[in-house]
Amino acid sequence: MSRADVFLFLALPYLAIGSFVVGHIWRYRRDGYSITARSTQLLERRWLRPGIILFHVGLLLVLGGHFIGILIPSSVTESLGMSEHAYHLMAVTSGMAAGSVLVIGFVILLVRRIAIAQVRVTTTGWDWVAEGLLAVVIGLGMWATIANNVIGGPYDYRATIAPWFRGIFTLNPDVSLVSGAPLLYQAHVVAAWLLLALWPYTRLVHAWSVPVGYIVRSPILYRSRALPQVGDSTPTGRSSR
Amino acid sequence: MRVKAQMGMVMNLDKCIGCHTCSVTCKNVWTNRSGAEYMWFNDVETKPGIGYPKRWEDQERWRGGWELTRGGRLRLRSGPRARRLANIFFNPDLPELEDYYEPFTYRYGDLFDAGPSKHQPVARPISQVTGKDMNIEWGPNWEDDLAGGPTTGPQDPNMAGLEETVRMEYEQVFMMYLPRICEHCLNPSCVASCPSGAMYKRDEDGIVLVDQEACRGWRMCVSSCPYKKVYFNWQSGKAEKCTLCYPRLEAGMTTVCSETCVGRIRYVGVVLYDADKVEAAAATPDEHDLLDAQLDVFLDPEDPDVQAAALAAGITQDWVDAAVRSPIWQLAMKHRVALPLHPEYRTLPMVWYVPPLSPVMNMIEGEGAEADPDDVFPAIDSLRIPVQFLANLLSAGDEDVIRDVLKRLAAMRSYMRTKTVGGAPDPALAEAVGMSAHEVEEMYRLLGLAKSIDRFVIPTTHAEVGGLLDEHQGACGFTDPAGPGPCGALESAEYGDRVAAFHLGTRDEVAHATATPPPQPATRGGDGCGGGGCTCGDVAPGVA
Repeated sequence: MSRADVFLFLALPYLAIGSFVVGHIWRYRRDGYSITARSTQLLERRWLRPGIILFHVGLLLVLGGHFIGILIPSSVTESLGMSEHAYHLMAVTSGMAAGSVLVIGFVILLVRRIAIAQVRVTTTGWDWVAEGLLAVVIGLGMWATIANNVIGGPYDYRATIAPWFRGIFTLNPDVSLVSGAPLLYQAHVVAAWLLLALWPYTRLVHAWSVPVGYIVRSPILYRSRALPQVGDSTPTGRSSR
Repeated sequence: MRVKAQMGMVMNLDKCIGCHTCSVTCKNVWTNRSGAEYMWFNDVETKPGIGYPKRWEDQERWRGGWELTRGGRLRLRSGPRARRLANIFFNPDLPELEDYYEPFTYRYGDLFDAGPSKHQPVARPISQVTGKDMNIEWGPNWEDDLAGGPTTGPQDPNMAGLEETVRMEYEQVFMMYLPRICEHCLNPSCVASCPSGAMYKRDEDGIVLVDQEACRGWRMCVSSCPYKKVYFNWQSGKAEKCTLCYPRLEAGMTTVCSETCVGRIRYVGVVLYDADKVEAAAATPDEHDLLDAQLDVFLDPEDPDVQAAALAAGITQDWVDAAVRSPIWQLAMKHRVALPLHPEYRTLPMVWYVPPLSPVMNMIEGEGAEADPDDVFPAIDSLRIPVQFLANLLSAGDEDVIRDVLKRLAAMRSYMRTKTVGGAPDPALAEAVGMSAHEVEEMYRLLGLAKSIDRFVIPTTHAEVGGLLDEHQGACGFTDPAGPGPCGALESAEYGDRVAAFHLGTRDEVAHATATPPPQPATRGGDGCGGGGCTCGDVAPGVA
């Protein structure tokens, strides 16, 4: 367990989480105007359609897979009667499928962003940073899944990386668990922390704009200019039909 | 009865000369910015034509406006909410930039920098999106005055049911101008479609706006507006639209488009309506009844009961007085010569149109029978502009409504001509269209002679209710460093400082400010930015 391990697997996670939290507060308070999906559909729609749907669907599936694989301890799946081998088989097949969808979508979007001039000109520096980090995280993750399945033998990340990750949130991470993991997994994890650290400063913040309130709100909204009165129950002067 | 006031507009198409002054002045004020180059909050289309964006009236394609479900319930044409949420990554109903046009300029520098050569230097067109050379294949107002008419004219959705090929032949060809702005609908489908809840109607005057800070760029408003009058700024990633020049209206001035209208075709005023009736009116089963249903939503401002209810609802006396004098009320309800654009979209639009008559009069005069109503009125069916075309545009295809309006206008002309030329007007002519001689002359004054003071009856916003208007006048527009009004009072400050200043005006401080005189300039109690407590920032800042 070198000094680098301590930095990458103990300090970096907490720094990233700190940046994630503080960054979001800053972004919403100081620069809320810039929070948008910044869609480029107006400028190009033919390639966007397959790309963006595959990317987002793949991403949601992959995140779901990570949730199951990392947050749920192997003891839970075993108590449900699922052997390690069965779990591994399921994780690798579904991971390959979801990962492929994500990679295809991401590549379409990336090529589109580079190749189509109208889209390229709308891309900011932070967009390229997010794009690059996503490429690294997705690429390493996919590579690890393939290596885990096809090339090398299976690596049981549920015995090492997963408990270390959960330990971060219980304020008791065991760095030695992850310092022995294959380099591929370590790089994937480090890149993912970096992505999380920079998340609030990029367009990725639009993930928090999922309009759940739309399902229940009334269709026509009114807003009143009247100044809110002290003790007014509707201080923003909004009403609806 | 829930009385609300609504700003509306009437355009007298009879007098539109298609000069585009409205479009140009509007653009110079509102959309002369990066990302907004292709937007025209006001545009003037030559009809028949496919318009801007191309075939915007084709709701089979764009799914704008409302429809009735089989059970007779009102629903957005773009489907239930779940469909819009499912399409949030990619909106299949959204027009592309080329449906509007790719904005362009010219490399004028080449004209100055060119060295000596055999040929004249040329300023090449370049895209305002990419800055690269481009071929201009479509542009704003590409079909002006029927340019390309034989190709695009028959593709006009309003040509449905007409013998298209015949109508585009040289001897029979017709055209008219249609200036268009946001309709500021009573039942706005853009507002209903916005997943973020960033779009809203202002309670005081019904102006529909986009809260720039709350907009997340989901683009549903763009496709759900059947008039295609909400635009997507590709630079900022936010929706923008016609604001009805609210900073001007609040100060009692009229909109830029109507102020600068050369033909003086535009009328702006207040209408009182019953908000409780809106939903039922929009859900009227038969499309032909939608006009009457909307007229029924409006309230008679001269009715003492209505006036009392309006005052009780917090509408001030000067607004009620303005509603009585409103040219919108007079043209749409009293004289019934103004009609809503495409009422079948069920949004209850509030920019109405007097259908054009001039080509009609030529026909009638050609027959030399303008004095006799028995001869005037049958001629209306052999007009240059087919009644059916106007009906498709202004009355959901109900030709009788158009005939009725055109007869009133024709009768008014004949009546005034006999009065001016012969000195003996025929009251029977007025009675034949169900008007009194006095009403005809009143309508004539409004349509023919009205000065600004009669065309624009605009009560000012009340500072004692709405905050310190003079402090905020024009202070907050598109909250964008390049926007036309990035909080003017702080214009000279650094952008970061300006952003910081927005957030000084938090809700608590505004609430505090109601009790004590507001310190300057930190507290910016709600102005035209429409938002609750705050101006440019916390709740509802820049508005587009």
